[in-house]
Amino acid sequence: MTTLEEILRGSDDVGDAAARAAERAVASARALGLTDVSYAFEPSPVGELLVAVTARGLIRLAYNAHEQADTVLEELARKVSPRVVEAPAALDDVRRELDEYFEGRRTAFDIPVDWRLHDGFGRRVLRATAGIPFGKVLTYAEVAAKAGSPRGSRAAGNALGSNRVPIVVPCHRVVRSGGKIGGYTGGVERKEYLLELEGVR
Amino acid sequence: MTLPPFQVLIDEHRVDVYRFLRASVGAHDADDCFQETFIAALRAYPRLRTDSNLRGWLFTIAHRKALDSHRARNRRPIPVDELPATVGEPLLNGGEPELWRAVSELPAKQRAAVLLRFAGDLAYREIGEATGTSEEAARRNVHEGLKKLREVWAA
Repeated sequence: MTTLEEILRGSDDVGDAAARAAERAVASARALGLTDVSYAFEPSPVGELLVAVTARGLIRLAYNAHEQADTVLEELARKVSPRVVEAPAALDDVRRELDEYFEGRRTAFDIPVDWRLHDGFGRRVLRATAGIPFGKVLTYAEVAAKAGSPRGSRAAGNALGSNRVPIVVPCHRVVRSGGKIGGYTGGVERKEYLLELEGVR
Repeated sequence: MTLPPFQVLIDEHRVDVYRFLRASVGAHDADDCFQETFIAALRAYPRLRTDSNLRGWLFTIAHRKALDSHRARNRRPIPVDELPATVGEPLLNGGEPELWRAVSELPAKQRAAVLLRFAGDLAYREIGEATGTSEEAARRNVHEGLKKLREVWAA
């Protein structure tokens, strides 16, 4: 028998309607400029990526298998703005450029990078890394030198390890001297994949 | 302590907020109220105290949007041939039109309390927060409202 409370609660099939209403609300909020950080999960040949943009550009790219999405989004909420929403439409440009890169049709990214998650020496190292062209590699020592710290190859390694926008800021193009590949934020097998894609190995 | 990403609020509360709004303003206006609720929430979010009860806060906004919608509905001229039998449009919630008419005729505080409790699934403390009353008053409003509805429901 149906109780009064159950009738007041209403039918249980509101999930879809609520999801659609939420999508519309996010789209309107975006049009009003209220979404400071927009993110989406994007499939790629190196596994699912969590990609996030701000009005300034690409702020975050994470290998979903390697980093907890919750942790990634919480950092954005803490350091940029708590107005973090899932809005795939905001990622159209990034998605297109990534697809082109993985299909071998793009050798440089046009989307700007929002550097707010990096500062100091780390940011200098990553900016130097961003200048390494498609298909070329530098050693940790060379990148450290470019960042203004010739003896800082270990610190440079750490900075590259905390790169918040891998692939687009190509830390996979930095390798150890003597031909060893070195570590990578997304695991060495992904670094090998990207370098092969670029015809390096 | 920092505020969680806003998407967490959407994911965790959107179904209950939608359910509450549909019961409060009917299926037809629920979408607009829902959208207004989340946009207002997103607008105010960065200035919110980090120790706030996020669920209570979100339903405070939803409750206000539902009240606004009720007021607008009562101001809206209704064509004579569509005049409902009672004051206020019957809510478009499927079956049980008598019951829903009785819901729409409850005093605003009681209606809100009953629907926040059973459609929104809120605790009495959160209902108090959303409607600006004490937890005790919220409990009383739910009780009184439910008593009136039972008279219709039992009849």
